[in-house]
Amino acid sequence: MKSRFINWFALANPSSFYPVAGRLIPWFWLLAVVFGVAGLWISFFVAPTDATQGEGYRIIFVHVPASWMSMVIYIVMACWAGLGLALNARLSGMMAQALAPTGALMAFLSLWTGALWGKPMWGAWWVWDARLTSELILLFLYLGFIALQAAIDDPRRADKAGAVLALVGVVNVPIIYFSVKWWNTLHQGASVSVTRAPSMAHTMLWGMLLMALAFWMYAIAVALMRVRAIMLEREAQSAWARELREVVA
Amino acid sequence: MTWNSTAEFLAMGGYGGYVWGSFGVVAVLLGIESVLVARRRTAALRSLRQQALAERLEKEAV
Repeated sequence: MKSRFINWFALANPSSFYPVAGRLIPWFWLLAVVFGVAGLWISFFVAPTDATQGEGYRIIFVHVPASWMSMVIYIVMACWAGLGLALNARLSGMMAQALAPTGALMAFLSLWTGALWGKPMWGAWWVWDARLTSELILLFLYLGFIALQAAIDDPRRADKAGAVLALVGVVNVPIIYFSVKWWNTLHQGASVSVTRAPSMAHTMLWGMLLMALAFWMYAIAVALMRVRAIMLEREAQSAWARELREVVA
Repeated sequence: MTWNSTAEFLAMGGYGGYVWGSFGVVAVLLGIESVLVARRRTAALRSLRQQALAERLEKEAV
């Protein structure tokens, strides 16, 4: 039976996912570069000086995308983990494993850029504020997930243990997101609010959205690259990996 | 936004260290991650090729 639709279940097989991911990766890199260049252009040459924070506010153009991605990647990772527990599909565990390091990096960058923004504006690199503390816990959840998986030799068992940790930890994501509403925090509220003069807010918003898109594309490209490496490592004994053009040639 | 000079651009109104410290570390770490990921796949492919070669040599020796 011929179908015009993509057979998603067939794609769940590493042997068919591997070449598809390989064809997609360059496109995600291209989009990451295009959005990144446009975003940086707006960040430094279009967006005007902030009335209260001067040029220091420009950190927002990397801080917010990194923070968003740290939460988004965690949710996607937890979804793959849950799918893996439910369907026992090989690909799910590999995807979760491929996303964790990039998520951890985003959480670190969120804290790093936050510290560099906090020092001049608040006078402190770090405060034990609800938003900052819950983001730090997110970084520890990523690191715990990576460490737990690395500590278990059998990859399928490592996937299961990691999946439970990822699913339990997902409760932290709404806590981060709503922390600025639930508690009286030093961290400012949601930044996508239009309170300043419209023209200014628009260029700032555009810069932030373009940078966020660039981070999205980067994260997808890197996660696909990593999942391909994991597939080769885990399936080194399988026929499809041995018969790859890159191996045979 | 117009900058009058490169020095003014780099100074970022006195926040240069903070702004470039943020953008710089982001750029460096994303760069390092992509290189490491690419290397990881190259290493996996290399070990697959070595494995194939070892098996071929073994077969020829018999």
